[in-house]
Amino acid sequence: MSNLFASTTSSEMTSSKSYVGFWLYLMTDCILFASLFATFAVLRGNTNGGPVGAELFDLNFVLIETILLLASSFTCGLAIIAAHANRRKFVLIGLAVTFALGAGFLGMELYEFAQLASEGHGWQGSAFLSAFFTLVGTHGLHIATGLLWMLVLAVQVIRVGLGGSTVKRLTLFSLFWHFLDVIWILIFTIVYLLGAL
Amino acid sequence: MSQIKKSQTKAAIISYAVGFALSIALTLIAFMLVQQHVGSGHTQISHQMATIGIVSFAVVQLIVQLVFFLHLGQENRPRWNLVVFLFMLIVLVIVVFGSLWIMQNLNYNMMTPVESKAYMHDHQGF
Repeated sequence: MSNLFASTTSSEMTSSKSYVGFWLYLMTDCILFASLFATFAVLRGNTNGGPVGAELFDLNFVLIETILLLASSFTCGLAIIAAHANRRKFVLIGLAVTFALGAGFLGMELYEFAQLASEGHGWQGSAFLSAFFTLVGTHGLHIATGLLWMLVLAVQVIRVGLGGSTVKRLTLFSLFWHFLDVIWILIFTIVYLLGAL
Repeated sequence: MSQIKKSQTKAAIISYAVGFALSIALTLIAFMLVQQHVGSGHTQISHQMATIGIVSFAVVQLIVQLVFFLHLGQENRPRWNLVVFLFMLIVLVIVVFGSLWIMQNLNYNMMTPVESKAYMHDHQGF
């Protein structure tokens, strides 16, 4: 199984059992986010007399967040390519950069949350804010989980190298990380860009 | 490392770089569209056009990321990943648009006569 992941083309890798199984999990996660998006879309106008999205969000700040996450998705992809080419040093460098960018993203998101809460626009403010914090917060929770997973994988790469099922795990992790990037593009578009119009 | 493997690695890096560049470009274009619209005091591009533009750039970017980053559609037959993905899309559309539809209907039916008159006026008779 590990050899299959380490040495073959992407078509053989993406058809393997654990890849399809993990893909199934991601699709169910998509449904979770779909229901949160639906909630947000329904409640976005119910601001309880408070400010709407356009008055609350700093688009430039969110754009930097988006670019950080996009870049981390790219470096994560490079780390996986290095893993398939059996270049351990590059895998670790790639993971480190991905971790730094991901942590930067999460830090900026938490800063935004803290800022909103300190201005009196916490999740208890209105239905719109509740939906916003739930949707963006769930994504942030996924990112935090991904960061933890990345640390575990880095330790594994350092301790056992790229043998065994390490490459397989790295590949599944990259799938998770790219998936979070896709979800963030939806959040960026629906919550921030359309909210600013 | 064998020659074949080297060229495979190179092709994979190029594929990721193309996906990354396209994603950044699409994000920036959508962002500038909003800046243009809001910066001009909502006059320069019509609200509807801006919405359509932003949504279509997002859809293109989703496809780019699904193909270049998530390797969708590059598997051997039978393409279970693709089948599951399409099923998920159906469920997603039902959940999101069904919710919006139901809630709008509820909203309309629970209006007071005064509210519904104003609504009819604004929406040219719903």
